[in-house]
Amino acid sequence: MATAGNKNINAKLVLLGDVGAGKSSLVLRFVKGQFVEFQESTIGAAFFSQTLAVNDATVKFEIWDTAGQERYHSLAPMYYRGAAAAIIVYDITNQASFERAKKWVQELQAQGNPNMVMALAGNKADLLDARKVTAEEAQVYAQENGLFFMETSAKTATNVNDVFYEIAKRLPRVQPAQNPSGMVLMDRPAERTASTSCCA
Amino acid sequence: MDEEYDVIVLGTGLKECILSGLLSVDGLKVLHMDRNDYYGGESASLNLIQLWKRFRGNDKPPAHLGSSRDYNVDMIPKFMMANGNLVRVLIHTDVTKYLYFKAVDGSFVYNKGKVHKVPATDMEALKSPLMGIFEKRRARKFFIYVQDYNENDPKTHEGMDLTRVTTRELIAKYGLDDNTVDFIGHALALHRDDRYLNEPALDTVMRMKLYAESLARFQGGSPYIYPLYGLGELPQAFARLSAVYGGTYMLNKPECKVEFNEEGKVSGVTSEGETAKCKKVVCDPSYLPNKVRKVGRVARAIAIMSHPIPNTNDSHSVQVILPQKQLGRRSDMYLFCCSYSHNVAPKGKFIAFVSSEAETDHPEIELKPGIDLLGPIDEIFFDIYDIYEPVNEPSLDNCFISTSYDATTHFESTVTDVLNMYTLITGKVLDLSVDLSAASAAEE
Repeated sequence: MATAGNKNINAKLVLLGDVGAGKSSLVLRFVKGQFVEFQESTIGAAFFSQTLAVNDATVKFEIWDTAGQERYHSLAPMYYRGAAAAIIVYDITNQASFERAKKWVQELQAQGNPNMVMALAGNKADLLDARKVTAEEAQVYAQENGLFFMETSAKTATNVNDVFYEIAKRLPRVQPAQNPSGMVLMDRPAERTASTSCCA
Repeated sequence: MDEEYDVIVLGTGLKECILSGLLSVDGLKVLHMDRNDYYGGESASLNLIQLWKRFRGNDKPPAHLGSSRDYNVDMIPKFMMANGNLVRVLIHTDVTKYLYFKAVDGSFVYNKGKVHKVPATDMEALKSPLMGIFEKRRARKFFIYVQDYNENDPKTHEGMDLTRVTTRELIAKYGLDDNTVDFIGHALALHRDDRYLNEPALDTVMRMKLYAESLARFQGGSPYIYPLYGLGELPQAFARLSAVYGGTYMLNKPECKVEFNEEGKVSGVTSEGETAKCKKVVCDPSYLPNKVRKVGRVARAIAIMSHPIPNTNDSHSVQVILPQKQLGRRSDMYLFCCSYSHNVAPKGKFIAFVSSEAETDHPEIELKPGIDLLGPIDEIFFDIYDIYEPVNEPSLDNCFISTSYDATTHFESTVTDVLNMYTLITGKVLDLSVDLSAASAAEE
């Protein structure tokens, strides 16, 4: 959920898209500046955070990767819960992945929060020779469905940061007060304990 | 699906999902399937349409109740002890980062026809209208004994070996009357019947300490916490843990037939004509009905309301224990209520449950004393379900079957079952010695 306070915005961002479209590669490029040609299917780390400064605010993205649960259509409702933004990724060299992307958009419209900022990313834009999905087709679809569209390449880094910046700019600056703001249980370092014993 | 796995887990109830997560983190190759197209199995939280399909046989809930997706109605309503073992497991596995919690507002007990706040400390005992003036002082002395009791420090034992002294004998020493014993045993130590009176007192004392320490944790009006959006979030969070560590998830898999070799050991699981091989199967009782037996039944009423439970100090989340003796029953009844303040219903709506071990075939009549405490209701549903426990020998067939969720109001017995299964499956004991005193809540 996105919460504003002193223009510090925390925003949960989820990635959606077909297996192999490059969801994890986009995140790794954005968070770590890395690209691995044969990225293994996501294992071990599917939760990143990265902070971006835009003109009037600092946005801390909590980025959720699918952890492979999309493979057999087994993503949990929890995944969409409270997401302030989503990037739907397809592979421009694979028409089927674009069709799947449309399905994910429908899923988000059904399950997600109605004010969610949605980005459509046509990934693998470096593979121009193998292109199967035209930019025009995707642009028209994005416009009709209230998404913004960019073609990206996790490999060359083209437009990767731009997608996240654009989302950061579009996030609502004033969120209605979340009902209720819950607490996260954390394994806190011990130094805090001294102060908690006063009035228990 | 035609692959070989170390473990195939069937059913995505909380117990199965915790085990799936722990086993994946251990590096085992896990396939996790469910016959339903949603997570949670018996411990799912249902939206309004799912609720209507299940109890009314149609998918048309009345419009005045609001949007279906604003509802998360637990099928197994329980609260989490703030200092309990489920919180330890959540912190141990770092699954807490997927979840938001809120303290539960109130903890009450039914006594002589009235609902009272449960006094949990020596100070509260002095204020409680549950006891007369002299009884309060006796109870206060007993509460101080329990608060100071430290298993490893004989000086705090006052010469009693609580592994031998029965609860009845310990209480007799403090001269407490039956009425006080009733709320201490049922609303603080959370025993469901009166067998504890003749058992060693240590268990009851430790339960009372857990209650008091949990109560002190988040400065709420109860020792309990509860996740935003309902308990159905818990299995989803552990499933995500499993997936992050390489577990494969398949929902909506019909049949899920467990296959055995000629020695009677598990060899795999077949669904939709494909067989995945495995060394071990972990599942809930519904996937291996021939290896479990029925041990009891739970009766439950689920009510949608537009107000909090009366006489609970306007609590938007609350538990009320109705001790068996107060109702002339063999086992306790309890009320559980959550609302929009935990995001389980739209603004202004409350979901209340009345639960008990079933002693008859008529939940409507049996649960009436609890339902009468709810006040006016918008809608009510009745449910009665069987509890099963495994009867197989896991070392012979490599099947590890969980016990059905019992009628307890919290998760301590659930986690005990999971930890025992984990040890049977892996031969290891899960170290849950996380530093609970260092674990605190961060406001988001």
